[in-house]
Amino acid sequence: MATIRVFSLILSVLSIITLLWTQSGECNNGRRLGDAVDTDFSGFSVPLEHSFEIDDVPRFRLRGALQFRGGRENGVYLAQNQLSEKDRNTMKDVAAVDGLYRIRVPRVSLQVDRQTEKQSEGYITAFVRACSLVESHLSDVITLHTDVSGNVIGISIVTIPGSCRGIEVEDEVDLEVFNTTISVVAPVTAPVPETAPYIERMDQEMEKKGKNPQEQKSFFAKYWYLILGGAVFLMATSSAQAPPGGAREQS
Amino acid sequence: MAWLVVRLAISLSLLYTASAVFEDQVGKFDWREQFIGKVRFALFDTHSQASKKLLVATDKNVFASLNSRTGDLFWRHVDKTGPEGHIDALLMYGQDAVVVVGNGRLLRSWETTVGGLKWEAVLDTGSFQAAALIGVQDFVKYVAVLKKSAISLHDLSSGSQIWVENLPDSDTVQYQTIYSGGNGLVFVLGFVPSSHIVIVEYKIEDGEIMKKKSVEAAWMSSLENSCAVISSGNLLCVDQTTQSLYTLPLQSAEHTEMRQIHLQTLDLEVASGFQPVLTSTQPNPAQPPLAEFFLQLSPDHHILLQLKDDLIAPLRDFNPSYLAAFATSGEKTVAAVMTPKNDTACSINLFSADTGRRHLDTTIIYHMDPNGGKPNRLYVHAFLKKDDSVGYRVMVQTEDLTLTFLQQPGRVVWMREEALADVVTMEMVDLPLTGTQAELEGEFGKKADGLLPMVLKRLSSQFILLQAWMAHLWKLFYDARKPRSSVKNEVTIDTLSRDEFNLQKMMVMVTASGKLFGIDSKSGTVLWKQYLEDIKPDSIFKLIVQRTTAHFPHPPQCTLLIKDKDTGLGSLYVFNPIFGKKSHISVPALPRPVLQTLLLPVIDQDYAKVLLLIDDQYKVTAFPSTKNVLQQLQDTASSVFFYLVDSSQGKLSGFRLRMDLSTELIWEVVIPTEVQKIVAVKGKRANEHVHSQGRVMGDRSVLYKYLNPNLLAVITESTDIHQERSFVGIFLIDGVTGRIVHEAVQRKARGPVHFVHSENWLVYVYWNSKFRRNEFSVLELFEGAELYNSTVFSSLDRPHPPQVLQQSYIFPAPISTLEATLTEKGITSRHLLVGLPSGSILSLPKMFLDPRRPELISEQSREENLIPYAPEMPIRTEWFINYNQTVSRVRGIYTAPSGLESTCLVVVYGLDIYQTRVFPSKQFDVLKDDYDYVLISSVLFGLFFATMISKRLAEVKLLNRAWR
Repeated sequence: MATIRVFSLILSVLSIITLLWTQSGECNNGRRLGDAVDTDFSGFSVPLEHSFEIDDVPRFRLRGALQFRGGRENGVYLAQNQLSEKDRNTMKDVAAVDGLYRIRVPRVSLQVDRQTEKQSEGYITAFVRACSLVESHLSDVITLHTDVSGNVIGISIVTIPGSCRGIEVEDEVDLEVFNTTISVVAPVTAPVPETAPYIERMDQEMEKKGKNPQEQKSFFAKYWYLILGGAVFLMATSSAQAPPGGAREQS
Repeated sequence: MAWLVVRLAISLSLLYTASAVFEDQVGKFDWREQFIGKVRFALFDTHSQASKKLLVATDKNVFASLNSRTGDLFWRHVDKTGPEGHIDALLMYGQDAVVVVGNGRLLRSWETTVGGLKWEAVLDTGSFQAAALIGVQDFVKYVAVLKKSAISLHDLSSGSQIWVENLPDSDTVQYQTIYSGGNGLVFVLGFVPSSHIVIVEYKIEDGEIMKKKSVEAAWMSSLENSCAVISSGNLLCVDQTTQSLYTLPLQSAEHTEMRQIHLQTLDLEVASGFQPVLTSTQPNPAQPPLAEFFLQLSPDHHILLQLKDDLIAPLRDFNPSYLAAFATSGEKTVAAVMTPKNDTACSINLFSADTGRRHLDTTIIYHMDPNGGKPNRLYVHAFLKKDDSVGYRVMVQTEDLTLTFLQQPGRVVWMREEALADVVTMEMVDLPLTGTQAELEGEFGKKADGLLPMVLKRLSSQFILLQAWMAHLWKLFYDARKPRSSVKNEVTIDTLSRDEFNLQKMMVMVTASGKLFGIDSKSGTVLWKQYLEDIKPDSIFKLIVQRTTAHFPHPPQCTLLIKDKDTGLGSLYVFNPIFGKKSHISVPALPRPVLQTLLLPVIDQDYAKVLLLIDDQYKVTAFPSTKNVLQQLQDTASSVFFYLVDSSQGKLSGFRLRMDLSTELIWEVVIPTEVQKIVAVKGKRANEHVHSQGRVMGDRSVLYKYLNPNLLAVITESTDIHQERSFVGIFLIDGVTGRIVHEAVQRKARGPVHFVHSENWLVYVYWNSKFRRNEFSVLELFEGAELYNSTVFSSLDRPHPPQVLQQSYIFPAPISTLEATLTEKGITSRHLLVGLPSGSILSLPKMFLDPRRPELISEQSREENLIPYAPEMPIRTEWFINYNQTVSRVRGIYTAPSGLESTCLVVVYGLDIYQTRVFPSKQFDVLKDDYDYVLISSVLFGLFFATMISKRLAEVKLLNRAWR
């Protein structure tokens, strides 16, 4: 157990208290796009970009397009291209040096009626270790998180399995096509104190008690002889010896 | 069955009484210190000679009476925080103290002996300017309150309003002062900046304006600070630019201009850039003030002057002098002046006010604390001795908010550290080992030098230990014969040492004024204090323990990061937390604003943990930054991650450290600020231990906890504050990968949100705006029946999202703060410590906040000891850990583990400080106080002898049988 904590701490240490910062963050210097995206009539689509470089300086390229179907739940579909020969080699090289595979999407709102409104600036990014992506044969799970009003606030990518064991992926075919599971997650509504079922249950119990005449007798009526006996016993013992408890200091 | 019920009832009742504190345990391991804050007004009760009362009103909106012989509180009234409870003025006459509260909102009269409220009057709106007692024919009958546009007169004995009058031309004239000399008239003085002074004369009986005149005064910038009324109604003003004094008789009709007296004619000069200050005294409100007054010409130059026959004459020049004050006893008025003596001491002398002659044998030597601030206020209590000479005591307030009460010839009667009324952050540090323990410890640290010397060294240190043990036993035996009360170990900095169970620790407290304190946690004694000068108000402090006491002979080391609120520029102060001494380690300069700090488990060759400071260009500074550290950082750089929060843009971003100590952005989450605003982000405590990885269920399977040490809890509040649409957002985000692990919305809820994030759970409190009540909610995260990787946790390799369980409860009380108990190994069950605005601290078992509490009781839930769900959280009075020792304005609770697994040390701070121990699972590893040692040992010995005897008897019997 202790080792787990130490390891995990070494792996990633985060300070506990955050000092809020005021400076705006620097933008990724990848090229901007948006015009090249083909739009679906029934919904809309958003480019999904990725970056994997040997020198670890992000240069985002188009990976595919996220198609949203308006109205339906989880109506998201990812159309993506195959990895080219060059990309496959780069990917393997990046994995060999334990580089990062990054993805990003622009900040959008998933509500169709909001599409016409001004788009917010910037992107949201996430990463996964390139080696785990290679070792999982490009099987990844991408999740888009939205807030209450449908704005995409975060993206996460995990590979299954997620570990890097240093297994060589020989077959080039394994690195050609992404096997992606994509989903959109909206916030769940947190429960409130459940008073109604509780009161109902209480009522039921009361009713049950009411039905049984034996139970109607009060506690004292049922066990008076035991209480009396107990009291006599307690009195007898307490008069015999000093009362226990922290009544007096000993030292 | 019936027997079971009765036994259960009895044992339950016993259980509950045992969880509270026994009467004889009160004060045994807990203490409370009460504070008042920075004194703004202080008045000595001169009503009778024997009176010990000192009335104070402070910037913390506290009105209190102190015992001037001991410094203890007689009584204390804590008003509302903020401007609503602000004390504007304090006046005293006889047994009554009149207080104006909340920018002239309320006028209250207090009985000073017991602190009871005599009357309270609600005043008309308008910003408060001044208040004064008004006397008629030697009796003080009224109190006058001057607002921006009105003046009102109130009866002193009942508070009823006699009259209220609007002030003429109040939109152009700034009225600032009231004066009455006891002749049936009230003067209200106002001025128009750079133009003229307005004097309005009211009749006391009915508020009729008797006279109104204006006098030319083009030089005037403020009446309040530069003017005073002296000697039967002469207005005296001082102006720095013209270097002159101006006088004007208030009552005479013929004067239309103020008479100018150049300071040069008196051979005086005001220091450049200094606003001169006039101090006059009016010993009795029903009589005119004295003709003598102090003029302060520079920060350390005062002069006593006298107005006589329209002429101003200097009585005595005090150069240099820090502080000067008048005091009156009976008919005699004296002036006390503090003059510097040498670098570390000041002397205070008494002078008669009317002649300026020094009273003999009245010197008080005031020793300045080298670790403290300069004196800035002087309060004098003068009294008549038996031989009719004047004696006096003084109270000195310093920049670091220390109140020192002195009497002749310089004896400190008492001292109060009022900076402790505003503790910002604190840490608890283990005390060092005793000399002998350290000797033994040091043996292991040294390099081996042969077998024989090692053996000899071991033998010698064991001999020293034996000696120390014998001495300890002897002391125990010796102390046991003395009565208990006389055995009182005074804690001093030299006798500090760790006790057997590490229950006594050093509390390092950082206060808002920039003063650091080292307090013994057992007794509450202040062992060291250090005032850091030049700390701007509202600075942000972060205290970091870089090296604990465990690395003998290296001293423990704490680092305080002080960050300016406006510029964000930081500075580091490194010190030894046990002795409070500043460390001589060179600290890195921080030229850029610091955004984030990060304490790594990486240690340098001196066992100090490495602190990383990230500036606004995302550059990292390491402290300490030796070669060894930089090498280690390079090796581990790819696994050091940190996060930044920008609440103004709703952005959370993650960074990774590079080899060259630069950083790269690796993830970003943006929560649009139009919808919700980030209010708080909290990770888990680094020193927290989780004992069990899972929970055993009723069917004997295990539900594994999701124990992610990098998990951040982000709380947001909606920008829409309509009660139907407002919400509180809860995001659980992995701080390494930026993955949103869980996202929930509490609808129809509003802040302020208090929350605790620990182990695999998050507890938060919010205000339900629909039902208008406080509610608790608990979130627990589980991995499920199987662990993904049971040996190590890595955020990078945990693909499956955790299962989240949540439940909410009604809490029938408002809350000020929330914290969880912490123990050494995490075996003891957890309690939540809830600070209530009433000043009580509730210890709420975490068992009640368990999302697996079932609706219907089943065999399995009974097996698991789950309490059936009830929507309302109970509050039992025996759960209050501080019985009647309420803590005013609780701001924070600090918990620290002790050496005993069952015991958690708790410090509650706010206006007061309260320290205690809590035992969430009872004292399972400690024998009770009333454990019967005599009985157990007598039984043991009895059995032993019985065996001996019976053995002997058996032998005899066997022998007899053999003979037969």
